[in-house]
Amino acid sequence: MEVWKNIKIKRSFRQIRMEKIFRSSLVLIALSILVMVFAFMLTLIIQSLPSIKALGFGFLYGKTWDPVANIYGTYPFLLGTLLTSFLALLISIPFSFSIAIFLGEYYPRGWFSEFLKNAIELIAAVPSVIYGFWGLFVLVPIVRSIELKMGITPYGIGIFTSSLILAIMIIPYAASLGREMIRMVPAELKEAAYSLGATRWEVIRMVIIPYSKSGLFAGVLLSLGRALGETMAVTMVIGNTSIIPKSIFDPGNTMASVIANEFTEAASTLYLSSLIELGLILFLVTVVINIIGKKVISRFTQ
Amino acid sequence: MENTILKAVDFDAFFGDNQVVKKVNIDIPKNNVIAVMGPSGCGKTTFLRGINRMHELIEGATTKGKMLLNGENVYDLHPIFVRHKIGMVFQRPNPFPNLSIYDNVIAGYKLNGMKIAKPDRDVIVEQSLQKAALWNEVKDSLHKKGTFLSGGQQQRLCIARAIAMEPEILLLDEPTSALDPISTSSVEVLLHELKKNYTIIIVTHNMQQAGRVSDKTAFFYMGELIEFDKTKNMFTNPKDERTQNYITGRFS
Repeated sequence: MEVWKNIKIKRSFRQIRMEKIFRSSLVLIALSILVMVFAFMLTLIIQSLPSIKALGFGFLYGKTWDPVANIYGTYPFLLGTLLTSFLALLISIPFSFSIAIFLGEYYPRGWFSEFLKNAIELIAAVPSVIYGFWGLFVLVPIVRSIELKMGITPYGIGIFTSSLILAIMIIPYAASLGREMIRMVPAELKEAAYSLGATRWEVIRMVIIPYSKSGLFAGVLLSLGRALGETMAVTMVIGNTSIIPKSIFDPGNTMASVIANEFTEAASTLYLSSLIELGLILFLVTVVINIIGKKVISRFTQ
Repeated sequence: MENTILKAVDFDAFFGDNQVVKKVNIDIPKNNVIAVMGPSGCGKTTFLRGINRMHELIEGATTKGKMLLNGENVYDLHPIFVRHKIGMVFQRPNPFPNLSIYDNVIAGYKLNGMKIAKPDRDVIVEQSLQKAALWNEVKDSLHKKGTFLSGGQQQRLCIARAIAMEPEILLLDEPTSALDPISTSSVEVLLHELKKNYTIIIVTHNMQQAGRVSDKTAFFYMGELIEFDKTKNMFTNPKDERTQNYITGRFS
């Protein structure tokens, strides 16, 4: 008890003021992020006003994109974006769900599972330009030889090749989230099913998948969001033609790849503005898909 | 013995290197309620899960010895057939949350991919719920989700789900530990009815409950079966000192 006689608890106003300054600077930084997001959207909207005014809804369903003739119809790109993204989803879902079930239920532990889990996470971390590169030098020749065998024009590049690249790139999103969701299925429900004489496959089909289906769906949405917005890898292998693709083996363009390819040469106000409007549409679509995905996840995890 | 339905012979159970059930030999008579009791960690739940081969679902869990159901070692059968013949009810009621009451009762058939005609299905559901003493309470809401029921009702639903498969033995792992006293007594009363058709093995850490519901009691301590006798004898005149210590509350 002697100790306290020698110590005086001193608190200066300076220390209290510091606390206030610290707190308000945190608030300020947080607010500046919010302001940035809104400023970002505002810029997109203002810059795309000229094209919105000049072209209206025709912008969305116009089939011709010819900047030289000042015609801006983005239907080919909308189609290209939807085709590549959904084709990529279709290709990647069997893989990502299998991986999710494998890691979430069959082999949640062990060196192989750890290795696989890290490998999947690595897929998400590789810069997309490397995928583009790999696609150009490995996938394109393979697709070309397939096209030759099928007796169609052997472009090699095109919608299908982009979808393949995208499919690989988006696997981690649905796989990791799916794995988390499958691991969250209560053990007592699985035991209930086992005790009734169900096999592992029956437990997965009748208990685990129904229970975690909204989580699996959210993973697919996040994958879709990623696929819609992916720019670099797609731009490198899609062929960049602004003509409506007649088959999935034709070259095409996506919204993101058009922006990346053409913004440097967009000389006229309307040209630049219509590229920005494309960006605005892409921005809104991916934001909406991400919000829905997050909503589904948060409802599931409650 | 003529009416022995289940017989354990030198039965061991392990988690990795850790032996939790040691050389258990026991003859379970048919149409009886058998209570398995003992202090926490004595291996009683593990022993129970060894009977229908649920123990081996845990990673690194193994067993040795024999578990004879009607003279046939369950460890020579496929676990799926074993679990058809030996039903199980767990500590916490676990009806399938995405299924209705009706679908929960026939979940065993659905899970096993057995197709049954609607009229037969209706009969199975009604009779199972009646046997589980739940029919009168739920007959008007069969297509509501099972998770809307009270804890005791959910547990009886789980019993109905287990007996819908027409098992020979029903294993109950502390089935009332998550229930309030009224729900507990509703389940206990039910056990008396059920033993007409099934052999029941119930793990409990509640001695009063063992006294109320069981014909015979097995006392486990440190993984060993210490004593197995008529419940009445066990409580009035235990042969082993450890049983006596447990019953008189000298350790828990």
